[in-house]
Order: sequence, then structure tokens, then C-alpha cells
Amino acid sequence: MTRHLPWLLIAIVGAFALSVVALSRGETINALWIVVAAVSSFLVAYRYYALYIARHVMRLNGNRPTPAVRRADGLDYVATDRTVLFGHHFAAIAGAGPLVGPVLAAQMGYLPGTLWIIAGVVLAGAVQDFMVLFISIRRDGKSLGELIRMEMGQVAGTIALFGAFMIMVIILAVLALIVVKALAESPWGMFTVAATVPLALFMGIYTRWIRPGRIGEVSILGLIGLFAAIVYGQSIAQSPVWGPIFTFTPVQLCWILIGYGAVASVLPVWLLLAPRDYLSTFLKIGAIAALAIGIVIMAPPLRMPALTQFIGGGGPAWSGALFPFIFITIACGAVSGFHALISSGTTPKLIASEDHAPFIGYGAMLMEAFVAIMALVGAAILDPGIYFTMNSPAALIGTDPASASAAITAMGFPITPDLIAQTAKDVGEHSIISRAGGAPTLAVAMAEIFSHVIGGQAMKAFWYHFAILFEALFILTAVDAGTRAGRFMLQDLIALAVPSFKDSKSHAPGMIATGLCVAAWGFFLYQGVTDPLGGVNTLWPVFGISNQMLAAIALMLGTAVLFRMKQDRYAWVTVIPTVWLLICTLSAGWLKLFSADPKVGFLAHASKFAAAAQNGEVLAPAKSMAEMQRIIFNDRIDAALVGLFLAVVLSILFFTIRTCLAARRVAAPTAHEIPAQMVPAE
Amino acid sequence: MSGLWQVMQRTARLMVGIPDYDAYVRHMADHHPDQTPMDRTAFFRNRQEARFAGKNGGKCC
Repeated sequence: MTRHLPWLLIAIVGAFALSVVALSRGETINALWIVVAAVSSFLVAYRYYALYIARHVMRLNGNRPTPAVRRADGLDYVATDRTVLFGHHFAAIAGAGPLVGPVLAAQMGYLPGTLWIIAGVVLAGAVQDFMVLFISIRRDGKSLGELIRMEMGQVAGTIALFGAFMIMVIILAVLALIVVKALAESPWGMFTVAATVPLALFMGIYTRWIRPGRIGEVSILGLIGLFAAIVYGQSIAQSPVWGPIFTFTPVQLCWILIGYGAVASVLPVWLLLAPRDYLSTFLKIGAIAALAIGIVIMAPPLRMPALTQFIGGGGPAWSGALFPFIFITIACGAVSGFHALISSGTTPKLIASEDHAPFIGYGAMLMEAFVAIMALVGAAILDPGIYFTMNSPAALIGTDPASASAAITAMGFPITPDLIAQTAKDVGEHSIISRAGGAPTLAVAMAEIFSHVIGGQAMKAFWYHFAILFEALFILTAVDAGTRAGRFMLQDLIALAVPSFKDSKSHAPGMIATGLCVAAWGFFLYQGVTDPLGGVNTLWPVFGISNQMLAAIALMLGTAVLFRMKQDRYAWVTVIPTVWLLICTLSAGWLKLFSADPKVGFLAHASKFAAAAQNGEVLAPAKSMAEMQRIIFNDRIDAALVGLFLAVVLSILFFTIRTCLAARRVAAPTAHEIPAQMVPAE
Repeated sequence: MSGLWQVMQRTARLMVGIPDYDAYVRHMADHHPDQTPMDRTAFFRNRQEARFAGKNGGKCC
């Protein structure tokens, strides 16, 4: 009994912190209460719930050879130390998602986001990652699509693969959009990000020929280069010659990114992608650690209210009410379907023993949730006036400090034009108005936290651009790597109809698939950039819906596998989060399609504009009939996309129910596991 | 202390997709004594290609 005492203590501390966070109204509380509440909840959940799942639901067996043992080859299949593998897995799952979603969710106050991240990760997100990892370990480290095909049939596998490809397209578009929003009209930011290209080329040549394989030293050289770029970026931005050269409009940046994506994804990986991967990975891990330390040292008060008036809908950053939209706005961090692709990627091939699976599958996701909590804290420590100035579309608040201050003050968050102008000046930008997308808001928060610890007011602009660079860098790496991954997915899909398309000897299929992939995300990026409502408003919910649907698909796979293992009585572990995600995504998808509110429903928005267009009217924010037509067209494409996602998830639901019922009719387990007694290869 | 440093180094390398070279050499010596293992450079290039050659290229959102 005594071994439970420390955990009981942690649970009490956590419950107390959570009640402080949840119950305080009116008075300002310290951000550390959220951190303590989250960390204690995660520790207790890991100690009890992850272990319960491991022992009773999955019945993990440490003596059963994992793929890394059975198929050891020293390359892809390597039994890896569990701490080392934890780092690998965490670096693979942590991206921009957990940083952006919580920042956007903060428009409803800090409380809804905090509660959803904590509950979501414990009951859904970490369960999903852990479950898919377990399923893949028992099946030779196969990928999600293959696992679904094995357990639910060929058709279900193909549908899931197609769904995953579409989700990839939306993720790439939305990530690229965030970069556009962060770098538009910002010569300092643009210069530092542009400088990473020659820097990465140099690093690539260095690791290829000068000192092959010396990742450590080349990364240090690269980091020095990055810091130099941030420092010199300021003078570049202020220079009358260079400043304008690095100043781009959103549309120009959009085309630059599309061109970049197309070129970068066909270059040899060692030249650009791999070296930038080193920089972005190490910078990401370093920045996350620094942010955690910074928040603890600064212990900032939360200035955002616990709840804002936007919980009923009508918020400026994104439309829709708390239910269901907060549950799709915070996707990564609480539960992310994309992780199912990682958990069935390299990690199951590297895990040394099934006993390590809870730490890696469940534990790494808790860590990601912690990152999301920090992002939420970042958004909530800012002056709410600044937050809403940065996250409201220009159509609502205008483009100069006076109009923005008037509009935001009218929302109930008083702010002076001087403060808006001063904040922009502090971070070294021309303007902070309508910098939606989450990244710039988080960068202002990180600048606040870092400059409190190092450098003070004078370093704020440096830290702001450091934060922008850190986010842009790993988003660009994701765009590049994602385009390559999407290309292979597309080749697999097309090969189902045209088998020769998989032929790796000829270049044409690869080029065509790459082109199609870039064109697909480029289309949505362009749509987002030219969207008068700011783009993030439209695309982020579509991304959230698709990502959560992939999570539901992964959890449905988990449910089907539990039924086939004859572990039905424990299936609630995956059924509860599945049902919740289905409720959230189906209702959000339904609202996005059919809501009568044109701010929420794509079709309602399209008909409103179509009706006006018929009468020859031009509705703001469109400025011409051509723009009207484009808005209508975009709405219908988005609606079709959401409809497609709904169809994918519903058909997988059908296959899951069918699989579970079939498994119930058979007395013995039918899951396609590799038998435990199978001897290692060789 | 050197143990911790080694773990950190191996973690950092695996984060960017490069597994432990010594483990690879050990594996080759144990299981394929007849074959010559790749040298460090070839091993590094092989892993760099493999990381982004399709299936494993997915990074998270």
C-alpha cells in the first residue's frame, strides 16, 4: 500500500491545482497552476491508466520478441535503448500542431483548452498512440494502412490510405499558410528563414563530403549561422536597399512556397532536407525545453479570462461554438490521428521489448500534451487585447492601430492604439494586426518569456524572430518531408489502378505524383492566402476535423483488434474515445456543411454569396465579381472535402462494426498477430 | 557522466534518423560474419536516404 502513497500525494496536488484553475473567476491566477495540474494528471494517468492498459487490455509480454529482435538488421530493425527511443518518438510526433491549436483555442479563454488537453490526452490521444504502437509491434512494424487492411479487409485499408493522403494535403496547406501568415510583410523574419536555405546547403555538402556523418559539429555550425542570421536580419530589415527585397505580400509568399516545395522535394535528401531536419529537430527540442524552464522561472500570471464571451460562438479567430469546435481546434496535443502514422512507422521497428511500449507510446504523447499546455499558457499570459488584435481578421478590425484598438475594445478587451504600435515595435515588426495562424502570437509570448529570463526588453525583438524562425523552420521541413511522403502515398494509390505507377526505376511516376501532391496542397494554400476571412478561419477547422477523424479511424482499428483478440470486455478503452471523437467530428463536419450560419457553414456561405452574385451585388470582403465567384468555388470545394472526410470515417465505422460482429461469432481469437513463439530470423 | 553523454548523443542522432553504428557493426559480426559491414560514411548515407525514402518521411503536424 505504501507504494501508492506518493502517487496519492501527486493526485491530491493535481486535483487541488485543477480546482484552482477551474474555479477561480475574476481574480488572476498564476500560470503555474495549469502546469502543476497538467503534470500531476499526466503522472497519475501514466502510473495507473497506461499500466492498466498494458497489463489487462493488451496483456503485454516482455518476453515476446519484438520486430527489432525478430528481424534485427542493424539498420531499420534495431533493438534500441528505451530512453533513446523515447527521444526519437517524441521528436517525430511533436510538430507545429500542438503549438498552434491551443493558441487558437485561447479565444474562448484558457479553461476549455486546458481541460480538453488534459482529459483528451489521458483518455484518447495517448491511448491511440499506445494502441497503434502495440498493434504494429505485434505485426512486424507494419504501417497504419497495412494494419487496417490486415484486420478489416482490403477495401477498408484503401479507404484509410486515401483518407490519410487527403489529411496530409490539408496539413501541408495549413502549415504552409501559417508560415505565410508569419513571414508576410516581415523582412526580418523572411531574411532569417531564407538564410536557412544556403546554410542547409552548406551543411549538406559538409556532411556529404567534408566530414561525413558529423551531425553534431555541423549542427553547431548551423546554429551559429542561424543566430547570426537573426542578428543581421534586423539591419537587413532596416536597410533601404535590402528591406524591400525581403518584403513579400502573402500571395507572393504563397507562390514562393509552392515553388520551393516542388523543387525541394525532388532534390537529393542529403543536400537540403536532411541538414534542415537536423537544425529544426534540435532547435525544436531546445526551444521546448527552454520554454518549459522559462515558464517556471517567470511564473507569469494568466491575463486571459478563464472563459470569454466567445464560448457561444462568434469568436474572431475562428467561428463556431465551444462544442464541437474546441475539440477539433485543439487536435494535436489532445489527440492527433497523425500520430497513428508515426506509431506504425519507425518506432515499432526499434522498440526492444513490449514492456517499453507504455513509456514510449503513452508517455511521449503525454509529453506532447505538455507542449500544448505550454502553448496555451503562452497565449493566455498575453494581454487579451494583444491576443485579439493579432488573431482577428483585417475584415473585422481594419489594418491600423486606431481601428484595431477601437474594434478590440468594443469586443470588451480594452487596448490603446499606442500599446498595439509599441508591441509591434518591441518585437521588431511593422505591424502585429491580423497576424492569424497562431505562430506569431506564440512568438510574442515566447519573446515575453525568454526576454524575462535573458536579455530583458532589448532582446525581445531577437527572441520574437528566434521563435518565428524555430516555427517556420520545422514547418518547412515538414512541408518538404510531407510532400515526399504524400508522393509515395499517392503512388501507392494510383498503382492500385495503374500498377506500373509504382515502378521505381522510371522517373515519370515520381515526378507526376510529386507534382500532383504539390498542386493539391498548393491549391488549398492559395485558397487560404487569398481568403478574405484570413484563411486560418477556414482551413484550420477542416484540418482539425480530418486529423481527429484519422484518430477515430486509428481507435476504431484498436477496437476491432481488441474484439479479434477476444478482449471485448476491455474494448471500452478504445470505444469511449472513439465515440467521443465521432460525436465531435461528425457534428463539426455536419455544421461545417449544413449550418445556416454563413460564418460556420460552407454551403450557407456559398449560397449567400451566390444569391448576391445573381443580383449583381459584390459582398465584402470580395472586391469584384471574379472574387465573388472564387469565394463561392472555394466554399464548395471545402464542403466537398468535408463531405469526403465524413464518408471516409463513416465507411471505416461500418467496417469496424462488421469486423467486431464477425469476431464475436467466433470463439477463438482471430487477430492476425505474429505468433509469440516464432523464432528470430537467421 | 560519460554514460549520460553517450545516451544524449545517441538520442540526438536517432532523432534525425541515424541509428547506432556500433550496434550495426556488432549485428553484422554476430549474424553475418561473412559479409563486410558498411563503413561509417556508407552507413550514414544509407540511413540518410532511408529516412526520407517514403514510408518514414511523415513528420507530425
